[in-house]
Amino acid sequence: MSSLSVSDGTPRIRVENVSVTYRTSLERAPTLKSTLMRLGRRQRMIREIQALKEVSFTVPHGKVLGVVGANGAGKSTLMRTVAGILPPSAGRVEVNGRVSTLLSLGVGFNRRLTGRENVVLGGLAAGLTRTELREKYDEIVEFAELDEFMDMPMRTYSSGMYGRLAFAVAVTMHPDILIIDEALSVGDARFRRKSFDRMRELCGEDRTILLVSHALASIEKLCDDAIWLHKGRMQMWDEPAAVVEAYTEFLGVADAEHEPDPVTMEDV
Amino acid sequence: MSSAPVTDRSAEPRRTNEFDAVTHVYEPHRVGLPPIGPYIRELWRRREFAFELSRTSLRAQHFDTVMGQVWLLLNPLMLSCVYFVLVDIIRQKTGGIVFFAHLMACLFAYHFVTDSLRQAVKSVTGGGRLILNTAFPRILLPASSVLVAIRKFLPTVFVFIPVAFLASLPFGPQLLWVLPIMFLLVVLAAGLSMIVAAAQVYFRDLKTFLTYGLRVWLYGSPILYYASEVPDRYGFLLVLNPLAPLLTAWSDVLDRGVAPDPADLAFGAAWAFSLFIAGALFFISREREFAVRL
Repeated sequence: MSSLSVSDGTPRIRVENVSVTYRTSLERAPTLKSTLMRLGRRQRMIREIQALKEVSFTVPHGKVLGVVGANGAGKSTLMRTVAGILPPSAGRVEVNGRVSTLLSLGVGFNRRLTGRENVVLGGLAAGLTRTELREKYDEIVEFAELDEFMDMPMRTYSSGMYGRLAFAVAVTMHPDILIIDEALSVGDARFRRKSFDRMRELCGEDRTILLVSHALASIEKLCDDAIWLHKGRMQMWDEPAAVVEAYTEFLGVADAEHEPDPVTMEDV
Repeated sequence: MSSAPVTDRSAEPRRTNEFDAVTHVYEPHRVGLPPIGPYIRELWRRREFAFELSRTSLRAQHFDTVMGQVWLLLNPLMLSCVYFVLVDIIRQKTGGIVFFAHLMACLFAYHFVTDSLRQAVKSVTGGGRLILNTAFPRILLPASSVLVAIRKFLPTVFVFIPVAFLASLPFGPQLLWVLPIMFLLVVLAAGLSMIVAAAQVYFRDLKTFLTYGLRVWLYGSPILYYASEVPDRYGFLLVLNPLAPLLTAWSDVLDRGVAPDPADLAFGAAWAFSLFIAGALFFISREREFAVRL
């Protein structure tokens, strides 16, 4: 069915020379009191963090781009920038289509609310209408297999259940562009199988996907292209196999014969 | 170039119009405002989110249960009684039931505004994960706080009606003035809510100060007394207080049964709209920074 769709040739995601610098406060919680008390002492409690430095790439319509990199390389920042959550400090991001995000930091669920409330709120915030939500709700619950838990507060969920619901929400929104940040390995072995199959299905469909994962095998199996970020810079943009090889070599986890270490390759 | 790509989900043709062929461009904009037109369109498209969020937070506060509703009515009623006795003691003469009705009406209006602020101050900082993971106009968060306050205010009308009957307050077409005054109160509450919601991101102790501020505001507003009783030397308090002209008009209409003084309405409207515009500009120009500040 994807062959029927018109690929207009323009990239779905175009990232041009994007840098993201943000200032974070060194105080745990900035307060008026401490600000007033610091007045006149010229003490800066703010540090600049350069999370991305002049990153450029494009993702064509219907392609899957894998993103690898060590912790703190700027992968999540990149995902947030593409999703429009963090503004770039320089450069330009152009995104054509509706984006659904599945980011690692808890997917926007509020643990005090029930699963149902979270799904509805998240969907509305993402711009769905109530009719669309009603249509998708059953699909989400069915995929997550959380029927009897939907009216319980999410703080009663196990982390596996939490991840399952998050994954179900993201893949059920039928977005044009799906951003997945380290969320493939949720749930038990059976659910992981199911979500991997679903991912493969989504990747095969006419959909543009950004996939961040430390599971290098998934990157190799699912992606058409891959980039490697290192300390905010783009180190490499190539075939997934080549990027994974260079990255594992860089990490020093591949042994002399370039046999990949099974631990880094697996969905751990 | 942004010709609508035909997706395989042709079963949902409406979606194609609404969401596809949407080109988002993100460029540096640390300071300054986003394009206002698209912002307002996005805001309108996601208005349901604000309604749902207000419903959810009321549910979380148990105001959907019978006892929750009763408490919602009982709390302001008891507060009115306490203040009535207090004022009676301090003044050494009773204001009677007509004064009680004034006190109640103004206290309810004051509570509506301060409830909005109390909800709004934690709306952005409490929305942490949603803000980190979803792109939507953040102004929906303080907007939903105002909606919560409106939902809490509405039942108090039913407490006021019997009191108005007991006090045999004048009933007539002048009561229609309640609507524009209520509208101005909503505008004022929204403006201040946006200010405190954004400021709380930068100063996390604002919430504590706000509690004191709101208490002082109560005493500085013509609630425990009539605006006409304020001596000249304290007249500036009524001018500087954004709530004072609206409460004066509110009491004129409900308690005295006369049309409000146009000067009060004009002052009230000027305060409400200036604070609304200032609050909206402040909030919108800051909101893209929230994701890194949380």
